[in-house]
Amino acid sequence: MNNSIFKIVLGRLSSGVSTLLIVSLVIFAITALLPGDAAQQILGQFATPEQVAALRIQLGLDQPAPLRYLSWLGGLLSGDLGQSVSNAMPVSELMAGRLPNSLLLAGITTVIAVPIALLLGIASAMCRDRLLDRILNVCTLSMVAVPEFLVATLAVLIFAVHLGWLPALSYVSTVEGVGDFIRIYAMPVLTLCAVLVAQMARMTRAAIINQLDSPYIEMARLKGIGPLRRVLNHALPNALGPIANAVALSLSYLLGGVIIVETIFNYPGIAGLMVDAVANRDLALVQACAMLFCAAYLVLVLIADLCAILSNPRLRHQ
Amino acid sequence: MTNKKNPPNILSESEQSARIHEAMRRGMSRRDALKTFGVAGLFAASTGGLLGSSLGYASEGTSGTPKRGGRIRVAAHAASTSDTLDPAKGSTAIDYARHEMFYNGLTEFDERLIPQPSLAEHFVTSDGGTTWLFTLRRGVTFHDGKPLSAADVVFSIARHKDPDTGSKAMSLATQIADVKALGSQQVQITLNSPNIELPAILAVSHMKIVPEGTVDFSKGIGTGPFRCQEFSPGVRSIGVRNDNYWREGRPYLDEIEMVGISDEPSRVNALLSGDVQLINAVYGRSAERIELSTGHAVKSVNSGNYTDLVMRVDQEPTSRPAFVEAMKYLFDREQIKWAVFRNYAEIANDHPIAPSNPYFFADLPQRPYDPDRARHLLKQAGVEGARLPVVASPAADGSEDIAVLLQQSAQQAGLNLTINRVPSDGYWSNHWMKHPLGFGNINPRPTANILLSQFFQSSAPWNESGWKNEQFDQLLTLSRAEPDQAVRKQMYADMQTLIHEHCGIGIPVFINTIDGRDKRLKGYDRTIPLGGFMGYTFAEHVWWDDA
Repeated sequence: MNNSIFKIVLGRLSSGVSTLLIVSLVIFAITALLPGDAAQQILGQFATPEQVAALRIQLGLDQPAPLRYLSWLGGLLSGDLGQSVSNAMPVSELMAGRLPNSLLLAGITTVIAVPIALLLGIASAMCRDRLLDRILNVCTLSMVAVPEFLVATLAVLIFAVHLGWLPALSYVSTVEGVGDFIRIYAMPVLTLCAVLVAQMARMTRAAIINQLDSPYIEMARLKGIGPLRRVLNHALPNALGPIANAVALSLSYLLGGVIIVETIFNYPGIAGLMVDAVANRDLALVQACAMLFCAAYLVLVLIADLCAILSNPRLRHQ
Repeated sequence: MTNKKNPPNILSESEQSARIHEAMRRGMSRRDALKTFGVAGLFAASTGGLLGSSLGYASEGTSGTPKRGGRIRVAAHAASTSDTLDPAKGSTAIDYARHEMFYNGLTEFDERLIPQPSLAEHFVTSDGGTTWLFTLRRGVTFHDGKPLSAADVVFSIARHKDPDTGSKAMSLATQIADVKALGSQQVQITLNSPNIELPAILAVSHMKIVPEGTVDFSKGIGTGPFRCQEFSPGVRSIGVRNDNYWREGRPYLDEIEMVGISDEPSRVNALLSGDVQLINAVYGRSAERIELSTGHAVKSVNSGNYTDLVMRVDQEPTSRPAFVEAMKYLFDREQIKWAVFRNYAEIANDHPIAPSNPYFFADLPQRPYDPDRARHLLKQAGVEGARLPVVASPAADGSEDIAVLLQQSAQQAGLNLTINRVPSDGYWSNHWMKHPLGFGNINPRPTANILLSQFFQSSAPWNESGWKNEQFDQLLTLSRAEPDQAVRKQMYADMQTLIHEHCGIGIPVFINTIDGRDKRLKGYDRTIPLGGFMGYTFAEHVWWDDA
């Protein structure tokens, strides 16, 4: 069994590398298609043609696109992510400043959102079509439907401006003590949880109900096994695969997709960095962020698949 | 007249020019003006003694006595990884505000936009504006302890001429023929042609003085009132008080943290919830929210920022003068001021000089809203009933709303405008000045001459409408060398009239810049009409009063 899992992981990793390569090529091409280049973007509205030409040479933008791609790729392979053209800082340094913030936010959100989502999903599935289920359904559906900028803005208006309990902005650098930490992260995490919990709970409910309808659960019930044990011991392990995939998809969003939350709470994360990079046509930075998001996504999906395989003996022995 | 030796009763340059401006407003005759100039010589500066210890600052207004100490957090409307501490590359409000914190220029603007001595103790031209001598203040040191010398000034100014620097002020620097140090405390600047506004050009934030040979600007080493403790582009900067600051007793605050919050409602919320104490770029709609809060106040300043309709003279049908004139009659300026900017704007008259500018020509008749006249003119231009696209974008403030109002009034005059909305990303390089009918947005420039040279001279790269007017170009060149303020004012009046009548630019209103602040932040009365944040110079002037 260990051998087969090893093979799967190895296969996935090698296909992951080629995926990354294709993604980098696509992103390079799309960024090149955007109007204007880094030189124009840096010099702004009032640039003279002479300055743009000088800066292009300085930044190496006068070279043909395939050559620039290859030199970027060469740098990547030797571990050099390149330099940001907009402020001449190494890309790795810029990312190192933001990545921990993003990981922290994603981590806290995961730790809170996943258990709540599973709990709600399981409870909802067990009480199918009863009052609790209906209430949870209405709640989760409306949470999925409400855009997060609305949740975030309302939260700020209520908790920061009117009640004054929480800070309107998240300054990761001014954390002093646990109380501060909770106050600072309360609203961003709340906003992210609102969306994620709803999505994951609905997927969990669907996956478990799917199992509860199958003959083996009927059998367990006839044998006199109680409802809780039926769900936890019999249905849940079989539903773990789809649930893990749903969770992985939701979590992959936490790294790159939280731009709205980062903007509203002025949280210096990595999604904002990439948006800046695109606006500045800062190719090396765009590529590095894209590679990171793509790699994180691939790893999460891989973990989800491994969970599914390990939890299911039938897949394990294939 | 400027080369008099030892003029009796010499006045300081600042007092001198302030007096002249004052007198001009009261309607001083040309003879009187000449007499005043004759005494001291234009821009002849004293040895600094008359400036006193206040070093040229007017009183701080009604906020009471400054207090030392305290830290504030300031949120600007934009911050990104392209934030820079290189003064030459500054491009947004947060850049300018930081440069004012960490650096000084040779000169600086006062509330009337008259250049006052800063790192240069005095400055003088010996030949009517071509050769200038700047004498540096003694005892000024950079944040790293190095004393300020003439070599630093030569380096800081000469670098703007090199295209590799990527300076935003390169077009201003091209008129500088030569900069050289005369000893360690004097710098001589020679221009290609006379320009008596050189001290004003050197007060522009891009022209701040950095240590000679600086390559890495991320440390923010300058002579300014704050030292840079932390700078991470797109995230925040922290400036701490420079205890060795050459201006006695300043600054007042211990620490200023600057961040960017691009989302306007978030910025206002952060102010109202007490997370930040000062914000810029508030919309007219939100200004009311801030006013309603007991602990907060807004400060609205008109610095002459404008969004204009650009009508290219090299394209059809905008090359027809009757069409251009018709479009100018189609602005319902009162409605634009009220509906688009919530009255946080001033009516403009199709020329770029704002009423706050000393050269503003008030006697030029205001062009009214007149669709009937426009209909007649459109017929004359042969475009009656035509269908025309007009390009608008969020990049040019308010242009989309102005375009909608224009569309409505054009309909009454029998012209169908279709609004072509394009994203702000890449607007300036791909759309601005490229369509027959589009919008531009011009930020305030420190002097009328810079504004006109950059945007209206025939040869200017950003001559938005592409108009060519020989008379205008001559006036502009002559005005740079004209020492007589009254004559100069008349020249500017003529130039404004020419633009008003013939240029393919329609300027409906001048837009106010609105700041929001915590009322405990005092000393915010000074107004330097260059932009928000007190013309970006707030750091040196404000203090925190908890009482």
